[in-house]
Amino acid sequence: MNKMPLASIRVADLTTGLAGPFGTQLLTWLGAEVIKIESMEHTSLLRQTAEARFINTNLAKLSITVNLNRPEGLELVKRIIAVSDVLAESYRPGVVGKLGLDYESVRRIKPDIIMLSLSGFGQTPPEGHYRTWASIVGGMGGLTHLTGYPDGIPANERGANDTRGGQHAAFTLLAALNYRQRTGRGQFLDLSVRDAVCCHIGDVLMDYTMNHRDPGRRGNRDDIMAPHNCYRCRGEDKWVSIAVASDEEWRALCRGIDEPELAGDRRFAEARMRWRNQDELDRIIAVWTLEHTHYEVMQILQEAGVAAVPSFNCEEIYTDRHFKERGFIRDIEHPERGKQAVTGPPWRMSATVAKIDTSPTMGQHNDYVFGTLLGMSASEITELTEGKVIY
Amino acid sequence: MTEVALEGLRVLEYARFVSGPYCSRLLADLGAEVIKVEEPVTGDEARRRGPFPDDVPHPEKSGLFIYLNMNKLGITLNLKTVRGREIFKDLVREVDILVENNSPSLMKELGLDYDSLKRLNQRLVMTSITPFGQTGPYREYKSYYLNTFHGGGEGYLLPAGLGYVLYPDREPIKAGGFIGEYDIGLAAATATLGAYFQAQITGEGQYVDVSGTEVIAGLMRYEFAPYNDGWIVNRASWALPIGGLVQCKDGFVEIMPLMEHMYEGLLELIDPELAKDERYQYKNIMLSYARPVGGEEDDVRQNLKDIIEAWALKHTKEEIYHQVQANGCAAGIIATPEDVLNSEQLKARHLFVEIDHPEAGVIKCPSSPCIYSQTPWRYRQHVPRLGEHNEEILCSRIGLSSKELRELSQTGVI
Repeated sequence: MNKMPLASIRVADLTTGLAGPFGTQLLTWLGAEVIKIESMEHTSLLRQTAEARFINTNLAKLSITVNLNRPEGLELVKRIIAVSDVLAESYRPGVVGKLGLDYESVRRIKPDIIMLSLSGFGQTPPEGHYRTWASIVGGMGGLTHLTGYPDGIPANERGANDTRGGQHAAFTLLAALNYRQRTGRGQFLDLSVRDAVCCHIGDVLMDYTMNHRDPGRRGNRDDIMAPHNCYRCRGEDKWVSIAVASDEEWRALCRGIDEPELAGDRRFAEARMRWRNQDELDRIIAVWTLEHTHYEVMQILQEAGVAAVPSFNCEEIYTDRHFKERGFIRDIEHPERGKQAVTGPPWRMSATVAKIDTSPTMGQHNDYVFGTLLGMSASEITELTEGKVIY
Repeated sequence: MTEVALEGLRVLEYARFVSGPYCSRLLADLGAEVIKVEEPVTGDEARRRGPFPDDVPHPEKSGLFIYLNMNKLGITLNLKTVRGREIFKDLVREVDILVENNSPSLMKELGLDYDSLKRLNQRLVMTSITPFGQTGPYREYKSYYLNTFHGGGEGYLLPAGLGYVLYPDREPIKAGGFIGEYDIGLAAATATLGAYFQAQITGEGQYVDVSGTEVIAGLMRYEFAPYNDGWIVNRASWALPIGGLVQCKDGFVEIMPLMEHMYEGLLELIDPELAKDERYQYKNIMLSYARPVGGEEDDVRQNLKDIIEAWALKHTKEEIYHQVQANGCAAGIIATPEDVLNSEQLKARHLFVEIDHPEAGVIKCPSSPCIYSQTPWRYRQHVPRLGEHNEEILCSRIGLSSKELRELSQTGVI
């Protein structure tokens, strides 16, 4: 079998929470060796409160325990950095400086290190040190304001704001790795999760910079397409999304919902009129969808040539035959929790197959990292463990 | 010293709308040369989407198109013609990466699938972005951005919390703008760079099959993972004991005292007397939420909610944001576009840049969420007008004569 793309890359991972760990998990799926540096002194919030979430953001990593409150612990981290290609961290801005692990210090240990600092608002003043959670960066980035019913209050995404930032972290690190491969030089990367949100609504923000317009909240609506909404289906809280982009699709929809005469209805004859009269259109469609399950609607309308896809809940994603058949949903065996369903990478590569191992238990790889990688003797490791440095 | 991260990387893009163009723009921003292939006459459908300066539609002035295609070169090519496909293949020989987001069957029908193209270029990394991927029962299903967002399970959880409490019978919705499509383009760029990193070492490219719904579902892992504990999250699932979305004097803020020191800081700010009251301690308000609670405790929590809401209504979003943060509690503004543009933090990070465009004038847009110390984001190339670089690419790069170019133009190939 082929080696993975990042088989030669080692990441010292000091990130916690959701964004950073997801970012480095993406690198494990490309084959990098990610060493998650944890500590009994500060057990990750996700480890404590929501093990399943921890597992799903730390798959295939190695875990070691190092007490960062002890100078000997910091020395161990520095030795790991010295044999790593990437250092990733997501502490509040300023913390790595206090630990002596800021970029200027770290590059003295490893001159070509690529260091990523990920935070809600970035490392820069004036607000870099502010405290954030995932939904706060969504609000600050402008996305929450744009999400909701036209007559309703703002609605926020939760974890997706953070995982979006993690996805940017992985991309940014890959760009820096490509640069280092060509030039031999590392660099410092200051990534702001809130800025990532802004970048992903860039075109909407440009409506403001061009025309001083705030488009506000639009529900499921689109500027051009209609119908373009979610419709209730048979069952408890079941919904299907339907979008029509052309006259051809419109006629197909009319056939699909057994209303062939609707295709000749003058109120809906052209795209512009369908858009203008979409409230009425939505009522007509909803009468039909309510008599079917969302899976039936998908099948009937897709066969007719109309974009119709259920608004899936997590159980449906985990059990849907399509996602299963593609291997997106995998079962892993967790040492403490047994069989766990996880989602893998959203890509398949023709020459390399992503390894989706379980997440590690705390300190599971202490012997490998301190013994094999750093060449420490068993007695040395024991001593540091008893002294609560490896802890 | 500033340098270019992806110098020498050559990308061919045959993609439209958001996901594919954003994927290759991310590469172009860091110095890759991207040649964007559009259909003659009509071009990328994003050209017909706003925002337009002064709301006057014009295919060269679409804000969406400009944002997604800056830093690229642009040519036109009709791949339905034999000559068009030949030229496309000549270009494939010259590049490291091909990015496309057409239906799985189209590239095969055109004879431009990976197996055919790899014969021309061993090093080629080809990335295909589709709603459901290249395999599996739904692979040919139609799915626009709305459908993909809901198909990935993100829509089902919006609106949550208060938004759901107020409208429990309404439909799930998508998040603002084309956010899901951007996320998909970013995931594709990540996988593409991974494959390219390896191709640099081995000289062998590979095919990268990106599924949009899987990207979305993958981003939802925080919400989805507890399925393993038998919990199927829905729109009713999210509500904080106190805090969350709160209306204030001039808009909305979000206050999230999820840790003890944050909670104490918040109470200190709003009502120092309450902070001393045992009934309002963190453990009684925030931690008891998960278990059944008695009526009295609920009254206490309700009282605190009322106090916070009344306090918030007396203050502006800027005041609340800075004051709550100064007291050590996480808080943020539900920022309007105006708030985003006025943010001191974003100004300090130079997130917004002004780019000059030959048709649309000077335009302000976001650049990159990352500040690179060595290889900064740079605006290097204005957005190509439809077919702007036909001559530059087709004549100087793959050696067509200007006579041939004229003929191709007359026969509708370019």
